[in-house]
Amino acid sequence: MEYFINISYIVASALFIFGIKMLGSADTARRGNMISSIGMLIAVVVTLLTRDVNDGDSLSFGLIAVGLLIGAGVGVFAAKKVQMTGMPELVALFNGFGGLASLLVGWAEFAKEGNFDKSEYPVFTAAAVVFAVLVGGITFTGSLVAYLKLSGRMGGSATVFPGQKALNAMVFLALLAFGVVFVLTGAAWALYIVIALSLLLGVLGVIPIGGGDMPVVISFLNSFSGIAASAAGFVILNNVLIVAGCLVGASGIILTVIMCKAMNRTLADVLFGGFGSSSSKAQEVEGEMKALSVEDAFYVLEAAQSVIFVPGYGMAVAQAQHAVKELAEILEDNGCEVRHAIHPVAGRMPGHMNVLLAEADVPYEQLCEMDDVNAVMETVDVAIVIGANDVVNPAAAEDESSPIYGMPIINVHQAKSVFALKRGQGAGFSGLVNTLFFRENTRMIYGDAKETITGLVAQFKD
Amino acid sequence: MELILLIFVFVMAVFLGFELIQKVPSQLHTPLMSGSNAISGITIVGALLAAGVVEGSLGKWLGFAALILATINVVGGYMVTDRMLGMFKKKGK
Repeated sequence: MEYFINISYIVASALFIFGIKMLGSADTARRGNMISSIGMLIAVVVTLLTRDVNDGDSLSFGLIAVGLLIGAGVGVFAAKKVQMTGMPELVALFNGFGGLASLLVGWAEFAKEGNFDKSEYPVFTAAAVVFAVLVGGITFTGSLVAYLKLSGRMGGSATVFPGQKALNAMVFLALLAFGVVFVLTGAAWALYIVIALSLLLGVLGVIPIGGGDMPVVISFLNSFSGIAASAAGFVILNNVLIVAGCLVGASGIILTVIMCKAMNRTLADVLFGGFGSSSSKAQEVEGEMKALSVEDAFYVLEAAQSVIFVPGYGMAVAQAQHAVKELAEILEDNGCEVRHAIHPVAGRMPGHMNVLLAEADVPYEQLCEMDDVNAVMETVDVAIVIGANDVVNPAAAEDESSPIYGMPIINVHQAKSVFALKRGQGAGFSGLVNTLFFRENTRMIYGDAKETITGLVAQFKD
Repeated sequence: MELILLIFVFVMAVFLGFELIQKVPSQLHTPLMSGSNAISGITIVGALLAAGVVEGSLGKWLGFAALILATINVVGGYMVTDRMLGMFKKKGK
């Protein structure tokens, strides 16, 4: 029986590996997801068959069934109901649940010893418990804060206060200290303090991170949820948890690095920078913002040979993706070349814009990555910026004193003309003035992005 | 000995993870993230096992809570990823 279980776990691990590999390519991604879910099913079913689970007066099958049903019900409901624009907060929430589950597994393993002051509690297991609780706790509350920020239930900007870094450092050191105490003594109170402090650290760690840095934070928390599962695997000495958790940990780290590169910032910068709060220096920008009516925009677009859409978080907020797709189709019928340029960190999570445009059924060939588009930008007649801000700010390329200097951007300012769709005149998440809006070749079209684009579509149809 | 073996597995899995996901096209970043997120719900096995051998009632309920949370993570994660990838697939045709 023991062998059967372990071999099944190895099979499940192999399926996860295959699945995650296939997720990396567009043709195989869906099958890959299916394969990894089969791996999960195998792991769960086999675990249920083990003697440990269905033995004695422990968590009985009935209770397990209830737990599975509740969890599955909530999961199905959330997965069916979520709008594609709400994907970042849903992923953040799921991350948090995974983290909390790992924390509870670590805690439960300790609690089952019954006698909390057992000094012969194995040091390694105790260390693994601390690690699972620590990482799981940070993942849970960190993800919750990220969820609140992403869903707009909490201000998206960075919350900073004096002494914040010192406080975080102290909490972290205290966490380590009590962790060591727990490992050495096996005292329950030390574990409870570790739990409380790690939950606190998750909150403190994420509140100073601004909305535009969310892609990095979500990737990072994703990685953490994997590491927490891996740590829980060491607590209960289970290979499938270790392998699966590790894979997720590694993939999350890779995404984190990609996101950081796309913003030309280091992870430390994002996590400890408190971006967007310190740059209070007023910027002098020459020129003025010139508004354009939807009608005038229509005349320009009608004559355009080549148009590029640059979507940002604003498109998600306005739910404008379907209108964008409609306008793109009309432009194509009008003999215009249409492309969508997607910055790696546009939106609130990695690949956010791609998901939205895929939902609106935008053809794959029209989606371009930043570098490809920049190479031909000068031949573009009109670049339409839809609720994107920092990723098209020329200051990143030109102004060395700018906090975002060096971040790769989509060079829409090199296009013959730029339409910037924007709600009002305010700055982006970073609080930076976008010098693009003051350029000679830029026209602002104020108002809700969806209404503006629908208006353009209506003009074409007349 | 078992412990050393598990640490070995851990180290190998780290390398494997990095190798597997080196070059993912950016349009797949969101599904990759939510799909891998579902995998991190593997802690559901931990919840079942830890809860299974618990004697004290505290551990039992901790395990039960962990089970619910991990199940949400697993079921929701896989389904939403599938839904997303379904949208990606349409345009291939």
